[in-house]
Amino acid sequence: MKVQVHTTLKEGVLDPQGKAVESALENLGFNGINKIRQGKLFDIDLETNNKEEAEKLTKKICEILLANMVIEDYIVKILPDN
Amino acid sequence: MKPNIIVFPGSNCDRDVYIAIKSVIGTSPKMIWHKETSLENTNLIILPGGFSHGDYLRSGSIASRAPIMKEVIKKAKNGTAVLGICNGFQILTECGLLPGSLMRNSKMQFICKYSYLVSTNESKWVNKKQVGKVISLPVAHHDGNYYANNKIIENLVKDNRIAYQYCSDEGVIDDKSNINGSINNIAGIINDQGNVLGMMPHPERALEKKLGGKDGINFFKSFFEKLG
Repeated sequence: MKVQVHTTLKEGVLDPQGKAVESALENLGFNGINKIRQGKLFDIDLETNNKEEAEKLTKKICEILLANMVIEDYIVKILPDN
Repeated sequence: MKPNIIVFPGSNCDRDVYIAIKSVIGTSPKMIWHKETSLENTNLIILPGGFSHGDYLRSGSIASRAPIMKEVIKKAKNGTAVLGICNGFQILTECGLLPGSLMRNSKMQFICKYSYLVSTNESKWVNKKQVGKVISLPVAHHDGNYYANNKIIENLVKDNRIAYQYCSDEGVIDDKSNINGSINNIAGIINDQGNVLGMMPHPERALEKKLGGKDGINFFKSFFEKLG
């Protein structure tokens, strides 16, 4: 089963990388961008085909390693079968 | 004094800190590979600077889950002194022994230079003579921008747990002397028990005038006197 994990900085945590991208786009002449926050995307292929199991395992992986719970939030997305 | 230095793949200040300790107190620290699972008979554990695991994922995150870290956390909770320098500080926040996190420097640049620091609090790590004295130590980091929520910062201030702050050559702690955007100019903090210190500057790289300064000597002497 394929899952995706998206980690982002919590609201209120300063994101210098997002800010740098934001100002680069502004310098390139793009208007109308209110805010950019940078995150990370993980594509994970799991052995299990059980949705519940997959979600449980992925959440555990996130909290133990993929996300730093002090500064980041994570979203788990179970991808549909091909 | 029985110091142990933990070596991770990508540590690059492990030998520097070995030489620093050996030259200041005459004891040879034991080098411990990160895959070990036990630490025997030590009263000082050092997590050295470097770029463990290439800084992948987040600086210090993968090293903080190394097999040896379970033992480091256990020892720290039982009162053994733990010093994390630079990447070691990042590992300490990632494993939860110190609060907060070290984010990308506010100006996005890798900073490699001497920085002025001051300690306003006496602790297990800073003796009375060092309090209020401006010292100069090198920093070399990309992720040194200390962040924590308001409550944590309030507690750090209230409990005198901010060990070092970036300042001017005259000891003024302000925005101008804040090299990386850290809240309250924080360069180093200690845990609530007082036995764990994490700091971004490198005292082990400041032992000889020829290399830019020797304020690192007093840094090490200061807590070796207290740890015994």
